[in-house]
Amino acid sequence: MSSSVDTIRGLAEQDYKWGFVTDIDEDRVPKGLSEDIVRLISARKGEPEFMLEWRLNALRHWFTMKREEGEPKWANLTISPIDYQAISYYSAPKQKPQLENLDQVDPEILRTYEKLGIPLTEQKLLAGVAVDAVFDSVSVATTFKGKLAEMGVIFCSFSEAVQKHPELVKKYLGSVVPQTDNFYAALNAAVFTDGSFVYVPKGVRCPMELSTYFRINAAETGQFERTLIIADEGAYVSYLEGCTAPIRDENQLHAAVVELIALDNAQIKYSTVQNWYPGDKEGRGGIYNFVTKRGKCLGVNSKISWTQVETGSAITWKYPSCILQGDNSVGEFYSVALTNNRQQADTGTKMIHIGKNTRSTIVSKGISAGYGQNTYRGQVKILKSATGARNYTQCDSLLIGDRCGAHTFPYIEVRNATARMEHEASTSKIGENQLFYLRQRGLKAEDAVSMIVNGFCKTVFKELPMEFAVEAQKLLGVSLEGSVG
Amino acid sequence: MALLEIEDLHATVDGHEILKGVNLTVNAGEVHSIMGPNGSGKSTLAQVLARRETYEVTRGRVLFDGKDLLEMKPEDAACEGVFMAFQYPVEIPGIGNAYFLRSAMNAIRRYRGQDELDAMDFLPLYKERLKLLEMDEKLMNRSVNEGFSGGEKKRNEILQMAVLQPKLAILDETDSGLDIDALRIVAQGVNAMRGPDRAFLVITHYQRLLDYITPDFVHVLVDGRIVRSGGPELALELEDRGYGSAEADAHAALPA
Repeated sequence: MSSSVDTIRGLAEQDYKWGFVTDIDEDRVPKGLSEDIVRLISARKGEPEFMLEWRLNALRHWFTMKREEGEPKWANLTISPIDYQAISYYSAPKQKPQLENLDQVDPEILRTYEKLGIPLTEQKLLAGVAVDAVFDSVSVATTFKGKLAEMGVIFCSFSEAVQKHPELVKKYLGSVVPQTDNFYAALNAAVFTDGSFVYVPKGVRCPMELSTYFRINAAETGQFERTLIIADEGAYVSYLEGCTAPIRDENQLHAAVVELIALDNAQIKYSTVQNWYPGDKEGRGGIYNFVTKRGKCLGVNSKISWTQVETGSAITWKYPSCILQGDNSVGEFYSVALTNNRQQADTGTKMIHIGKNTRSTIVSKGISAGYGQNTYRGQVKILKSATGARNYTQCDSLLIGDRCGAHTFPYIEVRNATARMEHEASTSKIGENQLFYLRQRGLKAEDAVSMIVNGFCKTVFKELPMEFAVEAQKLLGVSLEGSVG
Repeated sequence: MALLEIEDLHATVDGHEILKGVNLTVNAGEVHSIMGPNGSGKSTLAQVLARRETYEVTRGRVLFDGKDLLEMKPEDAACEGVFMAFQYPVEIPGIGNAYFLRSAMNAIRRYRGQDELDAMDFLPLYKERLKLLEMDEKLMNRSVNEGFSGGEKKRNEILQMAVLQPKLAILDETDSGLDIDALRIVAQGVNAMRGPDRAFLVITHYQRLLDYITPDFVHVLVDGRIVRSGGPELALELEDRGYGSAEADAHAALPA
């Protein structure tokens, strides 16, 4: 028996392939957090007064939240203390502030993205993906802006949106995740440096997948990006997000906020493949991924769908959620979270049913290997007004080896008797019998594990856009390599 | 040269000795049946030959096609041509039956330095075999063994065997839980594959399966040893007299 346990145990131990550092000049503000720093960030970005005020309000609120009370404690996570004054809140590659085309981007950065397999060139047009790339804190290039602009689609860095579309920013910023929402959201609101902005006008079906690639490069910095996506009446957009970071011994904080707004009959599909550096086998280093993602189905018949594949980060704390306000609106959450070695994840979703006949679907697949701890935490809330609401929840956990853990905390709150709720949950272990069966047919042990895990995740992967699904499958394979000796 | 040569094979599970000195030679083209009462070590022999790691070989030697089988991992044994039809086929949720089978086939082809088959090459191959086993094509798009009936699972094992074309096929109590129609179909699949380059080791508790698959040799395994060997008539004799007589013979035959 022991040999097969060892075999399974070996599976999680694979080197991180995205851990290189790019040597570029950076423009960075002094460490620490104060009103002066926030003013400095805002000034660097040449922001209008309303943005500065918004940031300062967030900061003042954050200062009132005592560390001990402010940092969420309910998550099933062990987090070493974070010294918020030891972080530099703004790091940007030294560049001219406005880039007109890709030729102006530092070639070193372009090479980094090439290593990551993200060609920022217009060739990407063929693949039908427009890319916005966020390097440390600043958005360095947005491809196909022109093509999208013809259709009235705005896809640009957040900074640019603040400059060029302040009315939209002013109207929707913080409308889904207020500055005071939680400790990390308040921190983000005060110091966020860039991110992506998308607006799809009435009746427009965005012709290509929009994509952002995030990368933390500099040491001792945090990354605080903010994404705002608005789908106007009858619009459709599919948005993809990917993340990597270099290998560093210390933990780095990533506290992002994503807000989605879907108006009448609009649909937003948001997919994430998160592969931040997870730390080494002993749990040294790695990204703290503390993210607030929330979408509001504001209009009738609107739909917001979250799909996430979380394989990286030392600690993941995120709950992409939907507020189902419009009648007949639909919220979906499909998640694969993998924790290996010493990784911890506490992730799930909230579905808040307000409108009539609102529907939500939750499918969560947690995979734990090594000493990894994986928690699903979900809340389904049916308010009094939500007549005819329905929810279907499925939570499955898969354990690889005998040192990891899986935990499930589903909260259900129903205030309307017409609601229909379904909940299914399962926990299984990759059995020696499954492995042996596949190996007896000729598959190598690693391929066998990979096949079992991919099968386990299938219902989530089929929600991903094709290209991403292939990448996600490979990523799972890589993340589990070496766990079979 | 014999395809399979087992000499003085001893094996333990969780510290208990189950096989206590098995000797058996199987040539290509032959069908051998291993019979015996419950707990005699029949399935253990199958698992050891398929190289399951939870079974520890403590003594003896097994040559397969001239190579040391006991040095091989399960996947290497499979790629060398050892196939075992499981007594309890395992479910793999989310993985389509056809995809799985093609992955297995390509793993074996890679091992042998052959080109991999793409879905289009593979399709006609397995469709033909499906027909042989009277299986519904819909089963190929379902997850491996998930929600299959007992009979469908066993037929799926034989389908895999028919596609992978092993040199040695071990059927571990494939007849258990099968109704008479399924039994006939399974036997038909096996009989269609009999040939000069292939050998079968048919492990069964009952004589029933041997009405359909006529073995060249029958061996009786009792308490971890083969105590009697003979032709197909031995199976009939066991049917009449039960294993009790064979066990008695075994004790009589043991050296003092």
